[in-house]
Amino acid sequence: MATETSEPFQIPETSVGLVETQTATLFAPPHPLKTEGGSKLGPIQVAYETYGTLSPARDNVIFICHALTGDAHAAGYHENSNRKKPGWWEDFIGPGKGVDTDQYFVVCANVLGGCMGTTGPGAINPETGERYSLEFPVVAINDIVRVHHELLRTLGIDRVLAVVGGSLGGMQALEWAASYPNDVGAVIAIASAANVSAQSIAFNTVGRRAILADPQFQEGRFYGDQGPRYGLALARMLAHITYLSEASIEMKFGRRLQDTEKLTYNLLKETEFQIESYLHYQGRRFVERFDANSYLYLTKAMDYFNITESYGSLSDAWKDSTARFLIASYDTDWLFTTSQSKEIVTALNQTARHVSYIEFQSPYGHDSFLIECEQLAAAVRPFLAQTYSSFKLPEKNQKTN
Amino acid sequence: MNSAADTGIEYDAAQPHDLKPNMRRYCMPNPELTLTDGIIISHIEPSSRVIDLGCGDGRLLAKLRDLSDCSVMGIELEEKGVLETISNGVPVIQANLDHGIPEIPSGSFDWAVMSQTLQQVRHPKYALQEMIRIARRMIVVVPNFGYWKVRLQVVWQGRAPVTEKLPYSWYNTPNLHLMSISDFRYLTVGQLNCRIVKEIPIINGSAVERAWASNLRAESVVYILESPLA
Repeated sequence: MATETSEPFQIPETSVGLVETQTATLFAPPHPLKTEGGSKLGPIQVAYETYGTLSPARDNVIFICHALTGDAHAAGYHENSNRKKPGWWEDFIGPGKGVDTDQYFVVCANVLGGCMGTTGPGAINPETGERYSLEFPVVAINDIVRVHHELLRTLGIDRVLAVVGGSLGGMQALEWAASYPNDVGAVIAIASAANVSAQSIAFNTVGRRAILADPQFQEGRFYGDQGPRYGLALARMLAHITYLSEASIEMKFGRRLQDTEKLTYNLLKETEFQIESYLHYQGRRFVERFDANSYLYLTKAMDYFNITESYGSLSDAWKDSTARFLIASYDTDWLFTTSQSKEIVTALNQTARHVSYIEFQSPYGHDSFLIECEQLAAAVRPFLAQTYSSFKLPEKNQKTN
Repeated sequence: MNSAADTGIEYDAAQPHDLKPNMRRYCMPNPELTLTDGIIISHIEPSSRVIDLGCGDGRLLAKLRDLSDCSVMGIELEEKGVLETISNGVPVIQANLDHGIPEIPSGSFDWAVMSQTLQQVRHPKYALQEMIRIARRMIVVVPNFGYWKVRLQVVWQGRAPVTEKLPYSWYNTPNLHLMSISDFRYLTVGQLNCRIVKEIPIINGSAVERAWASNLRAESVVYILESPLA
């Protein structure tokens, strides 16, 4: 094992480098956001990051949507944190990478209802001076997208070249094209779906139950206390299993033991197998960074998401969209399956949209899109380049309203 | 373009030990792609909606889009082809024709093209039925295993025919179904009730319409078909 060195950490040249999270305040009175659920919410603070340079024509914007527990820090490094840990999509966003920051201006923002700088249940309700907790309105994916659309508008960006996201991020990307048919040049939805399966709802339900049943939950008013950390960790452990595949668990852990050579026959030893140890570690780490209330709200938003219901039919959702679509799935993903992606592709074909579909081979299950970035880049890079070159042309084939 | 193709004869280069030194095996030339592409493009009206099943790198579709202002879509099985097609700016869906293409709605295309693919699918009849379902008219390019050199090879050398320039043998060829012109007509007209609008044999590297004894002389054939649903 290498010993600790005092050598200063060098940010790799392939990175966007040092970045800072910025915030914008939107929907200030008297113009609150009217949510899908009928509540009024405002002002809303949004945390976001940008990489690359906005072109003078403002036509090179790529909006990145993060997955369930992600944040605005998609690429690069923060000054005041552990410099060795870059943004969550570092291998995919940067100079010469899948989303090339030499060409594109990349924006990533934390979602409404989150806990990473964007207004969510942990934020102070200006009306009461206290944290929203469970008084925070239930938000939908559509609300999240509307807040992000508004963010871009205030940044002076009316139209994006592409909206890109995986998993819950892919759902947001699909919603973008449905909500703003003329403002999106392309949608890249990876390992995603037009609605989650009943099985996913089942997993989310158990996760939420674990949080709600924790004695420390205190009806959501646990701020300043330790909070439902066991429940939240349990929810994360459960969810984490759904992100892996049988093959990837087998490959990474097998039946190997963590600290012992032999089985201990001790019922209460928590981390006997390596996979146990790994899940406990994931749970622990998650508790340190995520708000249990946000987890409740965001999994609920995910469960509620249903493009078919919102727009009458799946193909109707994008019938006015001028966007090109790239839909991708992974063969070992059992949480967001290939057949769910194909359902979107079929619907897009019913109204003759420009749609491409690819099923990647990867052993890593749902997590593949965060791991197999080279594979993903091989499709995304030419897709974006082609979209960009046709985007720049006078809009010959684009419908305009 | 190349002399070997002119004679129509090549050695099976990858397995020289497989053959006696003077035993020559006929290799069916890959019909000039530019030739068949040209024929296909000339038959498709501008602004048509076209789908290419087994589109490879999407080259034909890109031409149809650029030259004829067609609205195009590709179907391809191999990831490499899918990525190349995306690079050509052509929408493409990765799918296995053996499982059908339920992603494509019925009657949604003016033309369905299948060039040098039908002989490689597991269920050619099903693939043709899918074409009939999704398009009014079809263009199919197939090798003709009724070609006299193929026949000679079987008769004189007693060996399975080798097609195209790749040194495939019977045990590793992508060509699963060998058909002659008569066979193709029997399936499309006799079984599937299609109408053959045109049959264009490729003989010695050129398209010869109204050729005599085409089942003997053609290396491959371009068919323009009309769906019974049209």
